[in-house]
Amino acid sequence: MNSSAVDNATSSGSASVPDSGMRDLRLLRIIRKQRFQDFIFHKITLSFSLIVLVSLVGILISLAIVAWPALHKFGIGFIWRVEWDIINEEFGAAIAIFGTLSSATIAILIAMPLSFGIALFLTETCPVWLRRPLGTAIELLAAVPSIIYGMFGLFIFAPLFAEYGQPAMQSTLGQMPIIGPLFGGATNGIGILAAGLILAFMILPFIAAVMRDVFEIVPPILRESAYGIGCTTWEVVRHIVLPYTQQGVIGGVMLGLGRALGETMAVTFVIGNSQRISASLFSPGTSIASTLANEFGEADDFHLATLFALGLLLFVITFVVLACAKILIIRTERAKGLKT
Amino acid sequence: MNSIIRKFAVVAASALAIVSAAQAADITGAGATFPYPIYAKWAEAYKKSTNIGLNYQSIGSSGGIRQIRAKTVTFGGTDAPLSGAELDKDGMMQFPAILGGVVPVINLDGFKPGELKVTGEVLAEMFMGTITKWNDAKITALNPGKKLPDQAITVVHRADGSGTTFIFTDYLNEVSAAWKEKVGKGAAVKWPAATSVGGKGNEGVAANVGRVKGSVGYVEYAYAKKNNIPHLQLRNLNGRYVDPDDKTFAAAAAGADWFSVPGMGISLVNLKGNDSWPITGASFILMYKNPSDKAMAQNALKFFDWSFKNGKEMALELDYVPLPDVLTKAIAEKVWTQIAK
Repeated sequence: MNSSAVDNATSSGSASVPDSGMRDLRLLRIIRKQRFQDFIFHKITLSFSLIVLVSLVGILISLAIVAWPALHKFGIGFIWRVEWDIINEEFGAAIAIFGTLSSATIAILIAMPLSFGIALFLTETCPVWLRRPLGTAIELLAAVPSIIYGMFGLFIFAPLFAEYGQPAMQSTLGQMPIIGPLFGGATNGIGILAAGLILAFMILPFIAAVMRDVFEIVPPILRESAYGIGCTTWEVVRHIVLPYTQQGVIGGVMLGLGRALGETMAVTFVIGNSQRISASLFSPGTSIASTLANEFGEADDFHLATLFALGLLLFVITFVVLACAKILIIRTERAKGLKT
Repeated sequence: MNSIIRKFAVVAASALAIVSAAQAADITGAGATFPYPIYAKWAEAYKKSTNIGLNYQSIGSSGGIRQIRAKTVTFGGTDAPLSGAELDKDGMMQFPAILGGVVPVINLDGFKPGELKVTGEVLAEMFMGTITKWNDAKITALNPGKKLPDQAITVVHRADGSGTTFIFTDYLNEVSAAWKEKVGKGAAVKWPAATSVGGKGNEGVAANVGRVKGSVGYVEYAYAKKNNIPHLQLRNLNGRYVDPDDKTFAAAAAGADWFSVPGMGISLVNLKGNDSWPITGASFILMYKNPSDKAMAQNALKFFDWSFKNGKEMALELDYVPLPDVLTKAIAEKVWTQIAK
C-alpha cells in the first residue's frame, strides 16, 4: 500500500512541475520518510510472526529436553510398545496413540458427512427466515466448553448408550462378519466408540460453521448460471460449489480433526481410561491427552519424562496431520492450475 | 530435567510469594488430595481464631513431595510416606496428621450396604480379574444363603494417580501374594482385570459404579457414605467381618506401632484388632528439620497443634478419624522438637 503511494507521489510530482530543485528535495524527503516507515512496519510485523515461530520451536525443544530420559531409554520403539506399567516404569505409547487415532477417526467419519449436510442445507435449501437462527445455534454449539460435553457424555449420553445404543448395535452390526468383533464385549456405555461419538458432537459445529462460510463465498453468478442451464441442487453442489470451495472444506475438516486429536476433558470423561488395546470399540481405552490429564498430578521423575514424551508425540501427530492437509490443498491447487 | 522442574518451581514459587506477600504471611503447604477437605476446614477455623491463614494446594502426593523438595512450601502432604532413608537424605521429618479409610463399593441389584461379605484374597482376585462372575464359588462360599446373580464383574478404578489408590493397592498387596507379584502398590498401577474402567477422581469412580451394573470399585469412605453407595463387608486380620466407619478406622489406628519405623511411615492396612477396618490409611506431613524460614515452620507446627486439639469434631464431621491424644502428644514431643527453632 505504502509503495503505491510512493509511486503516486513520484509520478504526480514529476508530471506537475518539471525540474524544481526544492520540490525534488521535498519529494525525496517524503519518499525517504515513507521508505523508513515501511521498513519499520515490515520489521515489526516480522518480529511478531517470529515470536510465534520461536515459541513453537521453544516448546518443541523444551518438551524434548524434559522427555529425553524416556526417549533415551525406550528409543523409537516407544511409539509401538504396548505397555503402560507405572510401578515397574515400563512405558510405551502405542495404547494411547491407538486410542487417540481411533477416537478421532470415528469422530471425523461421523462429523464430516453430517456437517457437510448441515452446511449444504444452510446455504442451498434452507428457507431464509430459518438461516440466521440455525446458523447462530451452530456457532453457539461451537463455543460450548469441552467439559460440558464431557459431563453430558458421562452422565446423560453414556447411560442411554449402554441401555439402548450398544445392545442395538451388538445385535445388528455385531452379528456381521469381519466387523462383528468391533461391537462385541460388555456394554458399559463408555469406551473408544463413546469417546468418538462425543468428539463428533464437539467438532461437528466447527466443521459445519467453516463449511457454511466457504459455501457462501461461491459467486452467485456461477451458481445461478448452473441452475439456469437446468442443473439440480445436487449437481450444482457437486460440480460448482464443491470444486470452488475444496480448500476451505478440507481446511475445516482438518481443523476439526486437530481439535479431536488434542481434546482432553471430554475424552477423559467417556473413554474409560484403561491402558489396554482391544478389538472391540465398546471397550475402554485411553488417549494421549487423557493420559496426560489423568497422570500428571502423581507422576514421579521418570514417569513425568514419559508423559512429556507422550506430549511430544501428540505434537508430532498433530503436526503430521496438518502437514498432510497442507500438501493435499497444494496438490489440488496444482491440479486445478493444470486444468485451466 | 530436574533442573528445569526446579526452575519452573522457582518461577511458580516467586509468583506465589508475590501473591502471598500481599495477604500477610500465610502458611503454605501442598500435596495430597485425600486430606484436603479437612485441612481446608481446619484452616478456616484457625484463621478465625488466630487470623493466620493456611494456603494448602491439593496437587497430589507426588506434587507435594516435589514442592517441599524444591522448598517452595513450608510443608508437603503425602499419603505414601517417605522412608527413613529418604527423609534423612533430604533432612526432613514426617508425621501423620489425619486418618481415613477406603471402602470397596458395588453395584449389584438387591444388595444393601454391607450385605455382601468378602475376604481380602477374594477382593484381590476380583480386581485381578481371576474372579469374573458374582456367583463365583469363592464369593458364594463366604455368603451362605445369599443368591448371587450370574453377572460379570466390572472393575472400576481411579484413572488419575491418587493416595486413595495407594492405600487400596497397599491393602491388596498385603493380602494377596499374586497381587504383590503381578501388580504391586502405588498411586497408579497397571490394572490387570480385562474389564476395568477408569474414573477421574472419587466422583468419577462413584459415577461409574453407580452406572455400570455388576461393578466393583473403591472410594474414600466419606464419599461412599455421603452418596449411600453399597459397600462390601471385609474380613479383617482377626477373622471378623467389619463395616467401615470412624470406630473401625480408629480401632485400626489403635493397633499401630507408630514409632516402629523411622519417620512414622507405617502402613495401617490389615492390622490386628477385632474391630479394625483393614483398608485404613494415614496422610502424612513433611517438613525440613532445619527450615530456611524458621518462624514460618513454627507457625505451621502451631497450626497442627491447634488443629489436633480443637479440630477433632470437624474431622469426624467430614468422616475422617482424628489422631488419638496419646499419639499427638508423642508427635509433639518426639518429632516436632527435631525442627530447629
